[in-house]
Amino acid sequence: MGTIAAISTPRAQGGISVIRISGEGALAVADKIFTGRKPSAMDGYTCAYGYIAVDGDKIDDVILTVFRAPHSYTGEDVVEISCHGGIYVSERILSLVFSNGAVPARAGEFTERAFLNGKIGLTEAEAVMDVISAQGRAHLRRAGNVKNGSMHRLISGYSERLVKLLGNISAWIDYPEEDIEGLSDDEIRSELEDIRRGLKKLSDSYENSRIIKNGIDTVIAGKPNVGKSTLMNAMSGCERSIVTSQAGTTRDIIEESVRVGDIVLRLSDTAGIRSSEDIVEQAGIDRAVKKMGNADLIIAVFDNSSELDDEDRRIIELCADAQGKKIACVNKSDEENVLDTGQLTGFDGIVNISAANHDISSLESLLCDMFIGEDTADEVLVNERQKQCLDKALSLVGEAETAVGSVTLDAVNIVLDEALDALLELDGERVSDKVVSEVFSHFCVGK
Amino acid sequence: MSYYVDEFDVAVVGAGHAGVEAALASARLGVRTALFTISLDSIANMPCNPSIGGTAKGHLVREIDALGGQMGKSADKCFIQSRMLNRGKGPAVHSLRVQADRVAYHNYMKKVCEEQENLFVKQAEVSGITVESGEIKGITTALGAYYNVKKVIIATGTYLGGVIHIGDVSYESGPDATLPAKHLTKSLEEAGLTIRRFKTGTPSRVHKRSIDFDRLERQDGDDDIQPFSFETDRYSMKNRVSCYIAYTNEETHKVIRDNIGRSPLYSGRIHAVGPRYCPSIEDKIMRFSERPRHQLFIEPMGLGTDEYYLQGMSSSLPEDVQIAFLHTIKGLEHVEIMRNAYAIEYDCCDPTEMYHTLEFKNVKGLYGAGQFNGTSGYEEAAAQGLIAGINAALSVLGREQITLSRSSSYIGTLIDDLVIKGVTDPYRMMTSRSEYRLILRQDNADERLTPIGYRVGLISEERYRAFLDKWECIRNEVTRLKKTSVKPTAELNEMLTRKGTTPIENSVRICELIKRPQLTYDDVIVFDETAPELCYEVKEQAALQIEYEGYIRRQLEDIEKLRKLEEKKLPPDTDYKALRGLSLEAAEKLNKIRPRNIGEASRISGVSPADVTVLVIWLASLKENGGEQ
Repeated sequence: MGTIAAISTPRAQGGISVIRISGEGALAVADKIFTGRKPSAMDGYTCAYGYIAVDGDKIDDVILTVFRAPHSYTGEDVVEISCHGGIYVSERILSLVFSNGAVPARAGEFTERAFLNGKIGLTEAEAVMDVISAQGRAHLRRAGNVKNGSMHRLISGYSERLVKLLGNISAWIDYPEEDIEGLSDDEIRSELEDIRRGLKKLSDSYENSRIIKNGIDTVIAGKPNVGKSTLMNAMSGCERSIVTSQAGTTRDIIEESVRVGDIVLRLSDTAGIRSSEDIVEQAGIDRAVKKMGNADLIIAVFDNSSELDDEDRRIIELCADAQGKKIACVNKSDEENVLDTGQLTGFDGIVNISAANHDISSLESLLCDMFIGEDTADEVLVNERQKQCLDKALSLVGEAETAVGSVTLDAVNIVLDEALDALLELDGERVSDKVVSEVFSHFCVGK
Repeated sequence: MSYYVDEFDVAVVGAGHAGVEAALASARLGVRTALFTISLDSIANMPCNPSIGGTAKGHLVREIDALGGQMGKSADKCFIQSRMLNRGKGPAVHSLRVQADRVAYHNYMKKVCEEQENLFVKQAEVSGITVESGEIKGITTALGAYYNVKKVIIATGTYLGGVIHIGDVSYESGPDATLPAKHLTKSLEEAGLTIRRFKTGTPSRVHKRSIDFDRLERQDGDDDIQPFSFETDRYSMKNRVSCYIAYTNEETHKVIRDNIGRSPLYSGRIHAVGPRYCPSIEDKIMRFSERPRHQLFIEPMGLGTDEYYLQGMSSSLPEDVQIAFLHTIKGLEHVEIMRNAYAIEYDCCDPTEMYHTLEFKNVKGLYGAGQFNGTSGYEEAAAQGLIAGINAALSVLGREQITLSRSSSYIGTLIDDLVIKGVTDPYRMMTSRSEYRLILRQDNADERLTPIGYRVGLISEERYRAFLDKWECIRNEVTRLKKTSVKPTAELNEMLTRKGTTPIENSVRICELIKRPQLTYDDVIVFDETAPELCYEVKEQAALQIEYEGYIRRQLEDIEKLRKLEEKKLPPDTDYKALRGLSLEAAEKLNKIRPRNIGEASRISGVSPADVTVLVIWLASLKENGGEQ
């Protein structure tokens, strides 16, 4: 049996969340993502303090507990990661667990394994079945909702195209004597390439929808006193940052969630970027620089009423190196223009605002344009399982694309069957039934 | 008045392709077998296409032969043109198809049956079965003859309740102007079987002298003929005829559209379900109105006749419309119809009422095969006949009956689809129905099934030895190709460059070269001085196993997954409604279909993954319970 994982605490904001990983590979997965003691070297019933990091960046400080088979809930090797509460952090960790070899646990699968491994007695078996079937039904309902969602519509668009392609190949194979024109290798390859690109885009847009669901991790950056905190307050509608006209007032990262249309920004107002003699302030600045690099979005604030200075240029440089989207926000638009906006290069968009006057509508509309594009799933019911199926299909379609021309189509076909299987998993449909009806409904074949 | 005549171990009702195969298998296993047919002159008749094989169907014939059945051998004897379809599309989908001499095939099969020890061929209409306490006891004929029998195999094809439709004319009939079986349906219903009505059709036959062959495309057979049977000498075979291709046109379609109201299918007189894959010409034109033309094949019915078959033109339109539309076709302007096209309705069962052995769940000793089970096609019929015949005989002998898994064969896939998924229209085998098609190739049918045929007792000791030798040879050659290297000689590199692949600098294992898409086994093997002299079949298998190694491994892994699920056996007498946690739909389906294991349960539509989990847990709890007792 494979290694499964899930968040086993309620999906709500709370003090602590627990991510549970169970199966032969549980310790190996933990080894890859946990910095601290090596989980695979730990004894059962012991725990360790450390952190979870991705590409060297810390997601969260955690406590990791190891249970060794058979002395665990499921009877397999189990690792439990307790992280700081909140859906966002725990989902990021779960995502990381999946990309390191675990698969999402089905409804009730931990309990199922516990039972199959003899950890739960016979008397509890029926109760377990009730739970599983209830969860299964709830899952079906959720799946039903997902089916109406736009992500599902988009995925079905591609599964239909694969069905069509497979139907075409099957008709051509199963009815060689009929007047059916076969597809050339180039045609098949180009259709597969197109499908693969589409799936890739969907997979990427999933990331986007995850961001939207959990809030866009946003940094407001700018030199001291350019109006960052005023902007943050204008967006959140409350005075949270200490706003004074003295440069260097904000010394730490202050977080706030604000809703702009359909999207949620998780705002951090950072200390102004400048070199400071003040040790405490310098530490804040270092944190701010690091946070800019990882943020989903940077709103860099510039002053309309003064020329670009070295500190502004440093912000532009930092933005250029950052991974997320960047908006240049020219504040104090109500004052006389001195700033040469032509020098604000490398941004995904430039807007003029007046934070002090609460005039930030141009920023809001740009944010909506940027994050609610047409391919972004507006339904955010999309779960990790769908994403996994999508990614599996994506890699198989890629494999088939390379195979076309170097092996015969019957072999390519079985790879495509698998890809389609992955996409159809959500609907519970079967490849062979789908393809056979496709042949009969679109090809005129027979005696 | 009924009167006692005789007793048999196994009685087969119907001597079409299913019935003949069933009767021969049963008799060859040593049990006293009777084969009943309405007309001795229709044994193994081909009332439709005079051809055997084709995509996926060719696989079935090879599998029948590998198990020790008859169809492949008879087709090898009576073929008049042979072609391997799908050459170039990959080994999994190579399919053998032959034109057969219809009368010669009938005569040959009739003689095989007559000469078979333990087999008694009888002309009579079976009108009823006798069932006592849920078990078959006997059969009665329309004349009142009563036979004590232990097992009955129903293989009634389109004879059972047969009604023919041509335009607005309908009459009770079997295929090819035979008598229909009018009484048996009632008796089967009384025994508890669900009877349904399906429909199929056949095109007209025309006279050779009225065809303008110069205006048609000709299609010849292969030069290098492959036999169906693993026992036929491949060098002894010869093509004798050509087939021809013609096309319908706008004018043809107009005639049909103008007269569509006179088709019993469109006027609503036929209510039975017809096959999706084999539409009549009027169906093709109404459903695919955008197609400017449809293809038809003009095929000789045999060497001793001038009748030609028009494949692709099945119809139930009135005779005058048939004449009119055929005359619009280039090459058929003056064609003379000898037999009309017609549609035929017939009674069939619901195959989900059977086990994988093809025995009915509710009537012990009653088996079904062929069109009666909801399939279509001679090959599908023969495959089921063979399995039903083997199982009826094994059961008489007190031996364990056989079932074939999906991963073993197309036959296994066919039967699994029938009894687990059921059918809504006549079922035709297709390569796309098998998820393991890279393993289930026509070339390795013997590897997959001959050991089973041998254990059953239909494969002779001699044939089995030869089979073992051949596969040992293949294994040795594969091992040798993986170990042996060739040196980079000028000749070798010249060949590599010529074939568009990179030359080698150091010694390379032969298998690595064979894996290159540009190269074949034959290209490479000439540079291997140590290569042994091998026969065609061995070379073919060795090359396939190397070229497709990765894909084959992939499929074997899938098969292993299936095997694990199928190892989880479900108790046969479970009441799923009493099982907590199952959805109502799943419980109903499971109670009806009664899958043997978790793998089968998971293939039933309406049984969700959550239901499967419930079953797995319940099974485990049973085991634990059993262990404690």
